Amino acid sequence: MPVVTGSGFANLLPMKPLSLILLGTTLALSAHADFKSDIAAIHQVGAEGKGNPPAAAAWKNLAKADAKSLVPLLTAMDDANDLAANYLRSAVDAIADRELAAGRKLPQSDLEKFLAEKQHNPRARRLAYELIARVSPATGEKLLPTFANDPSVELRRDAVQQLIDAADKALAAQDKVGATKGFSNALTYARDEAQIKKVAGELRNLGETVDLPKHFGFLTHWKLLGAFDNTKLVGFDTAYAPEKAVDLTATYDGKLDKARWVDTATPHDYGMVDFNRAFGDLKGVTGYAFTEFNAAAAGPAELRLGCKNGWKVWFNGALLFGRDEYHRGARIDQYRLPVTLKAGKNTILVKACQNEEVKDWTKEWEFQLRVCDASGTAILAKDRPATPKGPATAKADSKKGSK
Amino acid sequence: MKTVLTAVCLATVCGQLIAADWLQFRGPGGTGISPEANLPVQLDAKSVTWKINLPGRGLSSPVIVGDKIFVTACSSTEQDRLHVLCFSAKDGAKLWERQFWATGRTMAHPKTSVAANTPCSDGKRLFCLFSSNDLLCLDLDGNVLWLRGLTRDYPNASNSLGMAASPIVVGDTLVVPVENDSESFSAGIDVATGANRWKRDRPKLACWATPVAVPDAKSGQPLVVLQSGPGLSVVDARTGQEAWYFTDGASTMSSSVFAGGVLYVPSKGMAAMKPGAAGVHPETVWHNNQLSPATASPVVLGDKLFTLNSAGILSAADLKDGKRLWQLRTTGPHSATPVGFGKHLYLVNEKGLVQVVDTSAPEGAVVSTLDLKDTFIGTPSIGAGALFIRSDKALVKLGGS
Repeated sequence: MPVVTGSGFANLLPMKPLSLILLGTTLALSAHADFKSDIAAIHQVGAEGKGNPPAAAAWKNLAKADAKSLVPLLTAMDDANDLAANYLRSAVDAIADRELAAGRKLPQSDLEKFLAEKQHNPRARRLAYELIARVSPATGEKLLPTFANDPSVELRRDAVQQLIDAADKALAAQDKVGATKGFSNALTYARDEAQIKKVAGELRNLGETVDLPKHFGFLTHWKLLGAFDNTKLVGFDTAYAPEKAVDLTATYDGKLDKARWVDTATPHDYGMVDFNRAFGDLKGVTGYAFTEFNAAAAGPAELRLGCKNGWKVWFNGALLFGRDEYHRGARIDQYRLPVTLKAGKNTILVKACQNEEVKDWTKEWEFQLRVCDASGTAILAKDRPATPKGPATAKADSKKGSK
Repeated sequence: MKTVLTAVCLATVCGQLIAADWLQFRGPGGTGISPEANLPVQLDAKSVTWKINLPGRGLSSPVIVGDKIFVTACSSTEQDRLHVLCFSAKDGAKLWERQFWATGRTMAHPKTSVAANTPCSDGKRLFCLFSSNDLLCLDLDGNVLWLRGLTRDYPNASNSLGMAASPIVVGDTLVVPVENDSESFSAGIDVATGANRWKRDRPKLACWATPVAVPDAKSGQPLVVLQSGPGLSVVDARTGQEAWYFTDGASTMSSSVFAGGVLYVPSKGMAAMKPGAAGVHPETVWHNNQLSPATASPVVLGDKLFTLNSAGILSAADLKDGKRLWQLRTTGPHSATPVGFGKHLYLVNEKGLVQVVDTSAPEGAVVSTLDLKDTFIGTPSIGAGALFIRSDKALVKLGGS
């Protein structure tokens, strides 16, 4: 480093590197501070449009950044709510598109490192994977089989599809042993309903037994109570006795008859609990279902419900959610209700309201409920009873792909 | 609204080569009619100027601003990836794409999808609503301006069959219909910030009809027709305050259309009425119970009103008195609303058969057809001298250069 002496222009020249370093450092610190404040602005978006104007200004700044900012933006999704994550992912899209269009490279090794760190937001990791596969399809292909047990449902789905495709090939080649092994392996990792249905059907065709309710984590044993009134839909907002206290020995005045708790155990592959089977095909009625879930450990979980009737769900006595939509359709995982399991006994109460429509497609009075983690992996009760015997409902359709 | 209507009238009267934007479901003023002239009538395979693949499903209509085409789509097995795409109208080149994750429920009937609602634009911004009730505002270059998750904000606002009603821009307010069996509402949203200007509870009934702008009969101020099974609630676009109402029932599927100062409402057939004003009821012009539309919305072209029923019968009625003039059997089934220009209507059936109808023929006449051999549920759009149609797989340009 030259010693700065004297004065004049000539003497300033040796200073230039130092000043540039200082300037560069200042700019870098400033840029870092700007990045942090932009991320903070985006993280603050919330309900009913809160925080949108500063988030949009921040988005413009972030989207102008170069490819080095991609991993920091992906990382910022770890602490982002779903709206903020959308701001961040669209900024990632904008940067990646612009950089690639300009012939510049993406930081592939940094993206691979981020992808390997499973604690990150699963969707951000999937996005990182797609960027990697975009710039290096061979790397994408190489990495894909490693995701069969990944927290990202999309990465897992694609990896499982490779297992299914391989099992399909074995089956086409008359290799039943290989196919059975392949489909069994695929089922171990599959969380996507279409893939599970396909694999379960193939395994059953191959003579294997598949316990789908257990794989999904459907609760199969319930106490049912019915039927209270839901004429003109009054039942949805009427707090009948079980909503105040569950007494499995009690008898109540129902809409048509005395209402008592009865046992039911469903063999249905998708855990469907049918009130009509217990109480007859009733209309304009309200029923309740109660069960206990003996958790091996405390922790976060999801109750996932499918129901085409009006419904409410209580967990450990607290109302989680209710919805008064009737006969617009039902499917597995239609509603995802986050809960925190206690170690040991947890209680689940479901209210199902049937309306008074008489068309064929309004006959169902039923629900399905499973306990799983965020990736859809079943969480099984410590004392889960054996799945009741009954006809299988999932069949393979070899003409239909599972993709 | 006045501006839009004036523009349409001027274009029709003065110009034959006017290129008009198509900013919302059914284009200018929600009429389905373009002021453009040089559109293809005799369709054949050469009419397909270009066809490009889309990254996901959808039945939303393309929005056209200048030489840009905007399309929404959804992908992934859960349909929870939302795509907003911008293409060059000229050659179909993709100009930009943004993706988002759905924040609301994505369940929908197999015939529809999460990209069902048609986006709209004020010429500067693009407003994209999805069945998940995600509402995204971007500028025309793909910069994100604001984001809302309306099911995130109002957790029981959803429809397990899928939402499909489209938003419209009225002045500086985006009117968003979120009408469903449970937490049912419509909202007026500040186009600049995404914040609510107003939010009105609506009948707890699933509804897929898109709002229509009409002027207040006295003040000329822009009002918005909110349609549902019980009828209409017509509200001030900026405040959401009800100005007048109509309680004789209305379709939950096909939307009303406003043309020539008259509002045509699918209501126990078709009801024509002159809009009311604050505190003033509408004036009935005519009612015809033989003109019930099915899924497709009615269209006014020239001096006739057209409706399509579930059997594919296109009915033409006299605008003055609602008297049915003729019926034309077309090849259905139809989900898409007809769009048109000059004296011609384009009908696109669900199997991809495009049928051009000459409405000036004595009994109406299909003058040409083109089989696009794909499933088309969404309504076409007209702009940049061409017809744009999208399927779950592709965006197709018919005509133009």
